[in-house]
Amino acid sequence: MLDTQQDGYLTADGRQIGPVVLELKNITLRFGGVEAIKDISFDIRTGEVRAIIGPNGAGKSSMMNVISGFYNPQEGDVIYKGYKRAKMAPYQVARTGIARTFQNIALFEGMSVLDNIMTGRMNLMKTGFLKQALWWGPAAREEDEHRAAVERIIDFLEIQHIRKTPVSRLPYGLKKRVELARALAAEPQILLLDEPMAGMNVEEKEDMSRFILDVNDEFGTTIVLIEHDMGVVMDLSDRVVVMDYGKKIGDGTPDEVRGNQAVIDAYLGVTHD
Amino acid sequence: MLYREAGDFKTSYASDNQTFPIRFDRVAYWVVMAFAFLVLPMIMGDYWANSVVVPFLIYVIAALGLNILIGYTGLLSLGTAAFMAVGAYATFKLTTSFPGMPIYIVFLLSGLITSAVGVLFGLPSLKIKGFYLAVATLAAQFFLIWLFTRVGWFFNYSTTGQISMPERSMFGVLITGASASSTAVYFTCLIFVVGMAWLARNLTRGTVGRSWMAIRDMDIAAEIIGVNPLIAKLSAFAVSSFFVGVAGALTFAVYLGAAEAGEAFGINKSFLVLFMVIIGGLGSILGSFLGAAFLVVLPVILKLLLVDTLGWPADLARHLEVMIIGALIIIVLIAEPHGIAALWRTIKDKLRLWPFPH
Repeated sequence: MLDTQQDGYLTADGRQIGPVVLELKNITLRFGGVEAIKDISFDIRTGEVRAIIGPNGAGKSSMMNVISGFYNPQEGDVIYKGYKRAKMAPYQVARTGIARTFQNIALFEGMSVLDNIMTGRMNLMKTGFLKQALWWGPAAREEDEHRAAVERIIDFLEIQHIRKTPVSRLPYGLKKRVELARALAAEPQILLLDEPMAGMNVEEKEDMSRFILDVNDEFGTTIVLIEHDMGVVMDLSDRVVVMDYGKKIGDGTPDEVRGNQAVIDAYLGVTHD
Repeated sequence: MLYREAGDFKTSYASDNQTFPIRFDRVAYWVVMAFAFLVLPMIMGDYWANSVVVPFLIYVIAALGLNILIGYTGLLSLGTAAFMAVGAYATFKLTTSFPGMPIYIVFLLSGLITSAVGVLFGLPSLKIKGFYLAVATLAAQFFLIWLFTRVGWFFNYSTTGQISMPERSMFGVLITGASASSTAVYFTCLIFVVGMAWLARNLTRGTVGRSWMAIRDMDIAAEIIGVNPLIAKLSAFAVSSFFVGVAGALTFAVYLGAAEAGEAFGINKSFLVLFMVIIGGLGSILGSFLGAAFLVVLPVILKLLLVDTLGWPADLARHLEVMIIGALIIIVLIAEPHGIAALWRTIKDKLRLWPFPH
């Protein structure tokens, strides 16, 4: 299935990273006359924590929207598990094993934490409409099985105490955690996290970092991360893509990126001539 | 003791997920059911059955249907009465075309026909939301009523333009027609209400209901999670119209007996059901019951109080009644914008801890 890229690499902390699972080839995305993403290519390997960084307006979130099928790029291909992905609606992308969280929390405010996470399992639940309407054996049984799976995620993210609380009553940090739980409930192969730590204090950031690493470690989930806190990015990620004004200006391990002159210029600012 | 969950440990997810997790509620539910099935038919006279309880039960079904659309899926509709008319005319056509068909089956089939019509008029919801969708459903209201009053086939070319329900029985008991007993009519409505409330509860507790609520709360996030918006929205229209269609069928067949589309299913009725849903509580099954009770039973109680007890002239009482109901609607909405069901939830939260404040 995967052609030339069967190889992987060993991370600094000794984890084996697998073959390429998702490849973006020469992606160009335009909104009218504005080019949000200009001819960007990079790949994501199984099991790695891949960060996308860059100053505001660099096109990071647009990139994530391309991966999750929310935007369709005008040019370029998304190659997922060895096959070129056809134009898809976001809900179809979700069914292929890609889940995400949002920069601005996008939880279902009118529902309880439990219902929010259960909604994440939508695509794994199969009982038909009629069986559900009659709450017939299989429907009730399936609900219980998936409830058990959701409870494991609730335990994992340490949110047992707010299980039945309506999401609208939760503080910001917990909402972010519930959103991660909802994305995890889909048992994704690739998890896209759009600024999971925005607006958090140090303690909450530490918790969230721990959860992200644990998810990667325990479930083997590939993680794509957008984050502005450089300390966090450099500590968590295996490889980093750096974007600026829609272009890719750097790609490599955190150390390589840190030493890249173009990256330093983009972040610290230089006079362009 | 009375209203406590402490000490009531759940040992399975099924028991944790049940409709009434608190024992007091479970007992109350069975008491209400026993009262409705055993006691009420004994003590209720014809007047109460025909002009209070039966319309209340029918409106509960309509409110449940509209609540699925507005409260659970967040799609605003003003075409409720027109969809009730579809149910009514479907019943009329089915009973006159197939005289041998069991009447309960006719009601269910009428619901399914309304379902199909509802999906058709729900198609705009894929592109538009909010007030714009409300206006689109308003078109359904006017178009369908026009169709039923102008096209002779729908009322079998009767000279009055009215449809009237022939006599039909079920299990050997006369259900429809002028000589049907009020008890038979009451039990018919009660069976449908209990069955359909149960269906609504089942649908809203599982995957289908969560996909509706996800669309309501944040459609973009719902789509990213894997909810197909087309299926979620159209299934909400289908289920909602099914409920409303059955309510319309019952309105015509067992409550009115004869109807004319413009008169019985005008836009006023659409608004009445909408008010029931808003006052009762959006996104709540209990709310549909409470809302229907508020707008159907309260006027009767006021009338009894003013005319029969205080002896006021009927027309004066009638005007006062409208004013009092109007004022009460405003008071309820200011005190609890999420409806009477939310008020009940607050009371329950307090009861759980009573007599302690925290």
